[in-house]
Amino acid sequence: MDDFLLRALLAGIGVALVAGPLGAFVVWRKMAYFGDTLAHAALLGVALGFLLDFNTNLGVVVVCVLLALLLVAMQQKQRLANDTLLGILSHSTLSMGLIALAFMETLRIDLMSYLFGDILAVSNSDLYWIFACTALALTVLITIWRPLLAITVHEELARVEGVPVTWVKLALMLLIAIVIAVAMKVVGILLITSLLIIPAATARSFARNPEQMAILAALIGCIAVSGGLFASMEWDLPAGPAIVVSAAVLFFSAPWWLKLKRSRK
Amino acid sequence: MDKKVLIETKGISLTLDGKQILDKVDIRLHQGEIVTLIGPNGAGKSTLVRVILGLIKPDSGEVRLTPKLRIGYMPQRLTIDPVLPLTVRRFLTLAQRCSESKLLEALTEVGAELLLDSAMQTLSGGETQRVLLARAMLRDPDLLILDEPVQGVDVTGQDELYRLIGTIRKRHGCGILMISHDLHMVMSATDQVLCLNRHVCCSGHPDSVRIDPSYVALFGPAEIQQPVITPYSHQHDHSHDVHGDIIKDDHKDCKHG
Repeated sequence: MDDFLLRALLAGIGVALVAGPLGAFVVWRKMAYFGDTLAHAALLGVALGFLLDFNTNLGVVVVCVLLALLLVAMQQKQRLANDTLLGILSHSTLSMGLIALAFMETLRIDLMSYLFGDILAVSNSDLYWIFACTALALTVLITIWRPLLAITVHEELARVEGVPVTWVKLALMLLIAIVIAVAMKVVGILLITSLLIIPAATARSFARNPEQMAILAALIGCIAVSGGLFASMEWDLPAGPAIVVSAAVLFFSAPWWLKLKRSRK
Repeated sequence: MDKKVLIETKGISLTLDGKQILDKVDIRLHQGEIVTLIGPNGAGKSTLVRVILGLIKPDSGEVRLTPKLRIGYMPQRLTIDPVLPLTVRRFLTLAQRCSESKLLEALTEVGAELLLDSAMQTLSGGETQRVLLARAMLRDPDLLILDEPVQGVDVTGQDELYRLIGTIRKRHGCGILMISHDLHMVMSATDQVLCLNRHVCCSGHPDSVRIDPSYVALFGPAEIQQPVITPYSHQHDHSHDVHGDIIKDDHKDCKHG
């Protein structure tokens, strides 16, 4: 196997391993649009990273976390519905990111690679970054798993039972921000949410408890990445979108798999 | 009565969005005592309970709880999205790990031992309430706070649930603060009824049940010997306008228990 293909596969699997379980929470907590909003804001983080001359990955995480905090603050004051608020922030931050990038005349960056990912160009250092973040995010997720699940089921009940609700929610936002920063390399800003929610939604049909759903989502994500990369090589497709389509194929064929499984019993 | 005071609130007032929800509410609950909160919609019953639980901070007044009080809370409504696969077993262990035998014991106590491996979404209203009660009991509480425990449960089921709550109080000796969904019917084992309409309008023991034809028609003759639900007659000597403000501000006849 070519080196670049191996690196692409490892990068994709690294992201899928954490995007699956975290995506389960995005699905359970109905945060798909929230994820989308943070992802759109990531471009602003990239631009700031270039402008202020520091790590763009770090820029993405910082912008995502700040936006998440801003959202929480606005939710408590505004009378607007949550999705309206998210829509406003989502598109205004994306536009701000595009404008900021346009200002940097000296720097020619490949906008398409940020919007739709450039997994075939993943470098060794990218790979280290991806796996370090994945390991960190998975560790945090496992640590807060039980309280996070408790507040997902019933927040007030969890609070009465002593769960530090605010901290757990902040940790979840931080995790989503980190995953967005790493997933950007693989599928790009505009397609990140799909990597979070499609594997998790597919896993629902097969899972009998939350943990099964999370693990299955990680596996399904890995299959989607492998399938997408294969299709990309075989038919010369853009890799990021091919991964998303391959995840969607898995999602839509899930009922068929389920039928097959039942008929065998 | 020398029993330990579990909850004491003094002058709880709360205004939300410019609307006064609670106005100088004092309540007190002793160990082993059942206090039922009744009142019209929007009277602030759930808000008061949230203040006591520490979920909302009041504008003024204070809540005093016995130190190290273990509270079992049963929230008003539990809807779990079908996208989250969750069995009763997993639901009960969300707050804390516990042994199989302890789980079964709690479920058996509420008469839901057969539901251990059922999906939460398949439970009926009454079953959900029992499982919620089991989760509260798993904390080995000194105080149970039940927000409309019988809502969404049919009449026979309501009766059974009230009996169950009475049994739990007897067996565990815990105090119980509960919100009743009905202005006129409260559990007969209630020691004190508090009628809340932003302020405490009246309070006292519920009247012992009369053999009221309409009551018999509702709950059947079996209930006459051992009534579980009983009418509470209000000693409410002032009236409220549509905003809940007191029209005749004459409190001297208003009997506070």
